[in-house]
Amino acid sequence: MSILVDQETRVLCQGFTGKQGTFHSEQAIAYGTRMVGGVTPGKGGQQHLGLPVFNTVREAVRETQATASVLYVPPAFAADSIMEAADAGVALIVCITEGIPVLDMLNVKAALRANGTRLIGPNCPGIITPEACKIGIMPGSIHRKGRIGIVSRSGTLTYEAVFQTTELGLGQSTCVGIGGDPIKGLDFIDCLELFEQDPQTEAIVLVGEIGGTREEEAADYIRASVSKPVAAYIAGQTAPAGKRMGHAGAIIAAGRGLAVEKIRALEAAGAVVARSPAGIGEAVLEALARRT
Amino acid sequence: MNLHEFQAKELVRQYGVPTPRGKAVESLEAVEAAAAFLGGNRWVVKAQIHAGGRGKAGGVRVVDSPAALAAAAASLLGQRLVTVQNAPHGQTVSRLLLEETLDIERELYVSLVLDRERERVVAVASGNGGMEIEELARTQPDKILREVCDPLWGLQDFQCRSMGFALGLEGKALAAFGQILRRLYALFKDCDLSLLEVNPLGVTRSGDLVVLDCKINLDDNALYRHKALAQLHDSSQEDEKEAAAHAAGLNYIALNGNIGCMVNGAGLAMATMDLIKLHGGTPANFLDVGGGATAQTVAAAFKIIQSDAHVKAILVNIFGGIMRCDIIAEGLIQAVQEVRVSVPVIVRLEGTHRELGRKMLAESGLSIISASGLTDAAERAVAAAA
Repeated sequence: MSILVDQETRVLCQGFTGKQGTFHSEQAIAYGTRMVGGVTPGKGGQQHLGLPVFNTVREAVRETQATASVLYVPPAFAADSIMEAADAGVALIVCITEGIPVLDMLNVKAALRANGTRLIGPNCPGIITPEACKIGIMPGSIHRKGRIGIVSRSGTLTYEAVFQTTELGLGQSTCVGIGGDPIKGLDFIDCLELFEQDPQTEAIVLVGEIGGTREEEAADYIRASVSKPVAAYIAGQTAPAGKRMGHAGAIIAAGRGLAVEKIRALEAAGAVVARSPAGIGEAVLEALARRT
Repeated sequence: MNLHEFQAKELVRQYGVPTPRGKAVESLEAVEAAAAFLGGNRWVVKAQIHAGGRGKAGGVRVVDSPAALAAAAASLLGQRLVTVQNAPHGQTVSRLLLEETLDIERELYVSLVLDRERERVVAVASGNGGMEIEELARTQPDKILREVCDPLWGLQDFQCRSMGFALGLEGKALAAFGQILRRLYALFKDCDLSLLEVNPLGVTRSGDLVVLDCKINLDDNALYRHKALAQLHDSSQEDEKEAAAHAAGLNYIALNGNIGCMVNGAGLAMATMDLIKLHGGTPANFLDVGGGATAQTVAAAFKIIQSDAHVKAILVNIFGGIMRCDIIAEGLIQAVQEVRVSVPVIVRLEGTHRELGRKMLAESGLSIISASGLTDAAERAVAAAA
């Protein structure tokens, strides 16, 4: 078991014939992901990487029965592409694109709420169920099938958490990079809920960072509804206030979004919070040990 | 991206929102002409910098003679103004906004903000204009009024009326309040703002409302569709190194420590700063070179880090994702040679082909120390900078 994606997931790529879409689709195919085709408006009817290219997502879904779509489209067109996938009935949309205007995402979120589509991202590495399905830009080689569920706002910090749990022989059930934007699709709580229900997942790693209060909300949720051990790491303990730290959502504004508040909330909810990014693996071991 | 007050006021005027009559000037000669243009013998002189707290720092002065005006202008123009928000370095005042004075009876606060928890634009108002909203939120949170804007409907008349009544407005002022708020909302949406704050919004004795100060932040991600607004960017208000990094397409934020950081990925870059602190050092900067970490971007990053005289060591932390470590090592060696990096460079490389990458760094003959892991890298960097 895993969450959201597995070997049955039929994946479509929007922005398929572009440089990013081509490179990462090749990687996904090599990893064993069930890629079923792609969409590039104006290139319908062609073959690319041995797969059919369609002009519209509706057509692609009809012909391929795709259940998920990954987007490598430029920021100016990303909101439209998400809406197109949602309209075509794609159940899971993974948007890798960084730099989408926030008011576009505000409208997209309102529309998605109405039709129940799941969105991961934007500005994220994607989602992977090791040895089954890789959707996104993460390096497949560092992952091992296993028992830890990982949810993270940061790309390279997800890789750290993956790398450390792989080295310890724990492996991962599914890793979800929810992205660094202030307005995004799935959030910590959505993933915690799914991991809690997933029998393969024995412990959960939550990687957060400064900005917003989603980690605090996750802490409340953990206390109320998560029985599995949780380890966490929060980046940005030394970040200055009022500065956007790379990610659009990583900013301490008006005294809110501080790392120290998030760490305090998570610890109070029973999570083991690593102080060093090098200590994520050990924190998982400690969380697992606490349970027994 | 931030706008200056005079730019923000020009923008709200385009949306039919009243401001005092004013003129922005860049030289002392222009001050006199602007005063003559505005008329009267009492003016407000406002230093134009991208920071709040100008009033308390002496950056806003009311003068009531041409001589006092000239003296105030001379003492501000070209100087660095240090406020609570931009301390300790301050920012250069290259423009002044000269405005007429008005007979203000009451000061209100209004803003439009993006509320990331609600995922909505929220209109905020209070009767305590002139006071910082953060301060009010701490001391009298019940004095803050909020209306959540539906993305489909936008800010509605009834919401504005509701806030207006709560603020005790009536008649002409109540109607004007609603009209102004809705126009500001239109501006917010049309121009992809992330913040629009009017503080204070003045109420004159005759019941007219006027924007006395205005702060606007634009969403950087949306600037591609607002070319004219993007032109208003004033890089002189940024840290020099940050401006250079911005031009090179790098995410760089200057800090006060002595260990330069170069990392791929924003989250890992923050984590690296924290790691340095955890091991007793202080980071000199935040720097995300992006996923690629090519020789070119790495060289640009080294140049910017080196331009900070406080830097005594550089910690490079790269998690080679899809990009292999040997290719990253090659780029690093090339960049260190090209930029002639003179301080020790500690490199932590992880990912595919890490052994090969580390071997290449160790055999490069350059002052590159190859670390075996995150903790080792931080300890070595702290030791090198001590």
